[in-house]
Amino acid sequence: MDSYVPPYDATAVTRLIDAGAVIIGKTNMDEFAMGSSNETSYYGPVKNPFDHTLTPGGSSGGSAAAVAQKIVPIALGSETGGSVRQPAAFCGLFGLKPSYGSVSRYGLVAHASSTDQISPLASNVRDLALVYKTACGRDPNDSTSVAFDHPDYPGLLETNGKLRIGIQKECFAEGLDSEIDKVVRDAIKALEHDGHTCVDISLPSTEYAIACYYIITPAEASANLARFDGVRYGLRVGSDESLDDMYSKTRSVGFGREVKRRIMLGTYALSSGYYDAYYLKASKVRELIRREYEDAFSKVDLIVSPTTPTAAFRLGEKIDDPLAMYLSDIYTIPASLTGCPAISVPFSRMSDGRPVGVQFTASYFDELSLFQIAHILEHWI
Amino acid sequence: MATQEEFEPVIGLEVHAQLSTNSKIFCGCKASYGEPPNSLTCPVCLGLPGALPVLNKQAVEFAMRMVLAVGGTIQKRSAFARKNYFYPDLPKGYQISQYDRPLGEGGEIRYRLQDGEERVCRLIRIHIEEDAGKSLHPEHGENFTRVDFNRCGTPLLEIVSGAEMQSPEEAYNYLISLKQILQYLDICSGDMEKGQLRCDANVSVRPVGQKEFSTRTEVKNMNSFKGVQRALRFEIDRQVKLLKSGEEVQQATLLWDEKRQAAQVMRSKEESHDYRYFPEPDLVNLVISDDWIERTRQCLPEMPVARATRFVNQYGIREYDAEVLTDSKSLADYFEEVMAHFDDGQVAANWIQTELLGFLRESGQDINECPFKPQQLADLLARVTSGELSGKIAKSVFADMARTGQDAAVIIRERGLTQISDESMLLAIVEKVLSANQKNVEQYRAGKTGLLNSFIGQVMKATDGQANPHLVSQLLKRKLEE
Repeated sequence: MDSYVPPYDATAVTRLIDAGAVIIGKTNMDEFAMGSSNETSYYGPVKNPFDHTLTPGGSSGGSAAAVAQKIVPIALGSETGGSVRQPAAFCGLFGLKPSYGSVSRYGLVAHASSTDQISPLASNVRDLALVYKTACGRDPNDSTSVAFDHPDYPGLLETNGKLRIGIQKECFAEGLDSEIDKVVRDAIKALEHDGHTCVDISLPSTEYAIACYYIITPAEASANLARFDGVRYGLRVGSDESLDDMYSKTRSVGFGREVKRRIMLGTYALSSGYYDAYYLKASKVRELIRREYEDAFSKVDLIVSPTTPTAAFRLGEKIDDPLAMYLSDIYTIPASLTGCPAISVPFSRMSDGRPVGVQFTASYFDELSLFQIAHILEHWI
Repeated sequence: MATQEEFEPVIGLEVHAQLSTNSKIFCGCKASYGEPPNSLTCPVCLGLPGALPVLNKQAVEFAMRMVLAVGGTIQKRSAFARKNYFYPDLPKGYQISQYDRPLGEGGEIRYRLQDGEERVCRLIRIHIEEDAGKSLHPEHGENFTRVDFNRCGTPLLEIVSGAEMQSPEEAYNYLISLKQILQYLDICSGDMEKGQLRCDANVSVRPVGQKEFSTRTEVKNMNSFKGVQRALRFEIDRQVKLLKSGEEVQQATLLWDEKRQAAQVMRSKEESHDYRYFPEPDLVNLVISDDWIERTRQCLPEMPVARATRFVNQYGIREYDAEVLTDSKSLADYFEEVMAHFDDGQVAANWIQTELLGFLRESGQDINECPFKPQQLADLLARVTSGELSGKIAKSVFADMARTGQDAAVIIRERGLTQISDESMLLAIVEKVLSANQKNVEQYRAGKTGLLNSFIGQVMKATDGQANPHLVSQLLKRKLEE
């Protein structure tokens, strides 16, 4: 798809242009948004502006690096399971994964249609809120976009209201870097100092979130990527033998390893005889997680957790270990599966200077609380 | 047939009907046949990256009409699913269809067999889906296939019958009836040769008396109702032959070859596709309110049987004629438009059945292609009942109308065909005829009244058949009895 030029603009891009935004260019990312380190990119990985030996995160690592490097004040990325929040955390930025259905997906190359959301990145909350406010809203071209009366987020950042915040205890366990643990707890202390209430909560089903995610999203991706078949656009590797041979050669050559891995995972999960055990079961688990979140939000306004279990890791560190790579999205995936909005706030740094993100998740369409809490912490940074 | 004493076929049909909506099912492109290749396409129906489907409400409403008309149940919450397979005419690599939650369930199709017996076939489901594009295979020595995506995204209704039909003839009559319903509902043009209606047949044969179904095969690629009948006959014979020779029928999909009058295995069970259906995440569930169902129900047109009954009552025509006239919606519409300008139902019914249908049959035309308008026919018929034209002349005027599409008035004027009903003019001719046949006049007066017809004949001859025969007869009687 190197030379492919789309004949139409995405709705979110059109809305930004209409509001006066100047589009500088497209940014590098993991191939078809599949990856957490930018290393699966066809063009090679983006480097983290803070340390060129580190990954900027992924999949939208290019967008994060461009903002962190101050090439642009704001950027859009595409979220499927943490692809904006994780790079935001790795690059010291604010990154918002909006509620599913709030920003039109029309024009967004689909990875997993039921979790994909166009998501903004910025170096301050006001910019972030401004981009989001401009891009969101019902689009007749996206059946899953929701008509919602969005408030004036940038104008409502200051609040005296006190929030009730749940501390998701499952996140503070094995696998979490102790320095990150401390950063998140510092953020909680800061919020308590400001009069907000923080309580421990449990979301036990999130334990299954990664397994569930890696069945549902590859399944959807296996269908979404079927159109890259060499017939109408993009690469075609011709064959004198048969049509099937052309498909097979084109897709073998055209897709990278990670993309092929996920297409195969997804195809398998949907296959006759396996559907019930994998896709259907994962859908039920997803519903369970959704209900747990719904239940949690009847008790608290927001849920706080780390954005990532570690800070930015080294380029090459995990590329040959898919499972370790997948685990780097452990805290971001639940919001993607449930459709809840979540934000990563660059609250502090590791002792070695690497940025750390604190994540807040809100109930469906309560982006305002996310912007407000991020704005409160912004004063502490 | 000898074989049928021991084996009976079991047939189920899957019919795909193209819905005649203005636009395609998931985008705003015009849904139309016969336009230049790929001129009716957009990012959505071409499956470009990032494009998303948006459901066409009219397609849903058309499908609802069908479900209601056949007495099925509309599911208030139905869902779309992706059916995954690779083919160049399928741009997304999956077809958006409905799978485990179809729009309609149940219902039945009633149809008559050749001997007039009525049968009922239950329906399993009715769902909506998108059509694929069309592959244009090599011509003139080209070594590539072209794809036309104009058809891609045209809404389709899939109507799945139960495995209840017992003969190819029954399947044929089922299809006739199904097409009649689709046309009455004005949701599908129903031309199988244009692909507006497509039919796949599932067929198995079992020993008479056996309750369980045997292994079935699916036959595809028939392009006419008669073709379906022939393909089924072929496949039933093939299966019976296999079973009789002690072999087994293998589950397979066969392609019917109309030229060779034979079906060939396209793929066996082992090669059958795994479509990997899963819920379409780009579309929300299709939720249909009671209110919408009710509104659709109230807008259902009058169906054939009800319309025939009304024709008998309203226009005073014979029951048989009413059935013929309501056979197709367009013919029934034509009749009613004639009746909007004419008042003798039976005369109109007779003329339409003998003259009009006869002409259409001969010229191989459809009623919609009739060269003259219902109002023109009404005008011609009015001239007959008023006595202006004799039946014989009217038929010759009809032939000219059919040829040229001109108004009866123009033809009559140009050919000087008006019936002579001018009494003084006819009287002069009557007197001339009588005075030239004094001998016969005397015989008539002496009681040989049968001679009247010969006098009438002579007057008609003298007027080139244009005299009003009724009036001539009256004038002759008056003169002869003076």
